[in-house]
Amino acid sequence: MTTAPTTHAAALALGDDALVLSHRLGEWAGNAPVLEEEVALANIALDLLGQARVLLSLVGDEDELAYLREERSFRNLQLVEQPNGDFAHTLARQLYFSTYQRLLYRELATGDTPLTGLAAKAVKEVAYHQDHAEHWTLRLGDGTPESHRRMQQACEALWRYTGEMFQPLDGLDIDWPQLEADWLTSVTGVLERATLTVPEGPRTGAWAAGAGRQGLHTEPFGRMLAEMQHLHRSHPGATW
Amino acid sequence: MTTDGWPLWEVFVRSRRGLSHTHAGSLHAPDAEMALRNARDLYTRRNEGVSIWVVPSTAITASSPDEKDPFFEPSADKPYRHPTFYEIPEGVKHL
Repeated sequence: MTTAPTTHAAALALGDDALVLSHRLGEWAGNAPVLEEEVALANIALDLLGQARVLLSLVGDEDELAYLREERSFRNLQLVEQPNGDFAHTLARQLYFSTYQRLLYRELATGDTPLTGLAAKAVKEVAYHQDHAEHWTLRLGDGTPESHRRMQQACEALWRYTGEMFQPLDGLDIDWPQLEADWLTSVTGVLERATLTVPEGPRTGAWAAGAGRQGLHTEPFGRMLAEMQHLHRSHPGATW
Repeated sequence: MTTDGWPLWEVFVRSRRGLSHTHAGSLHAPDAEMALRNARDLYTRRNEGVSIWVVPSTAITASSPDEKDPFFEPSADKPYRHPTFYEIPEGVKHL
């Protein structure tokens, strides 16, 4: 099944977001600080992979899209391709992205596009992702001086990638400025409760990041993609 | 970060409405709220539950193996305590 081309670009962009973040979270398998958290991150990764499969299937063949595209053809946000860093970076990335995804999917779930079904199902998954990131942000921000310092550092490092999320996607009937305002209210609320300082750096403009939706990606993305695609490229059509 | 300082929690899961919570296992978590979330991820990811309890393991008092005989043996030869003399109504499955 393919959608009307009007929502192709949006499905591709949101599908790539989910796919790439899923792979990043999967990198914690075997490396997470505690077993319980490893399973939690893997669950989130699998939720996102499920979303990516539905979204990419709306556009074309999911395997071809995931494993045989070049870096410049991916339309994901630069935020989701950022390396895991320490646990605080992973959670700051998740808090920023899951808040965006929850607000966006909530809107999409009430619409009437090929994405409506997926959005209605995924919004519950994503609400849990946000809840998980929020609880950790509160504990790390309001924890020890070391955890506070790291969480603050992570929130600031990723702040400049957050403006890109609100570039309008073609074919979606969304009030983007309102979405951004809601996102800011939600995220700043969490950061303040976590005794963290809301970063002051730019989120848009020349000093901010963000051309992922146009196919321009940051340096770590190429290495991630090489790891993600090498098996399929080395053994085309392999199954088990 | 290690779990050395994290307390142990016992997890009880209710699989369906009408059933009681059953012990599912244990896990480490920094506090009760996170223990609930970890329990959700570890013990209900295959749709096993509709409700979860977490209890600090230290709050549980267990019978000891030494007390096994005085505790349990006396009930072994008292078949009249089993309610076998009436029929269970149809449709009651979990009595």
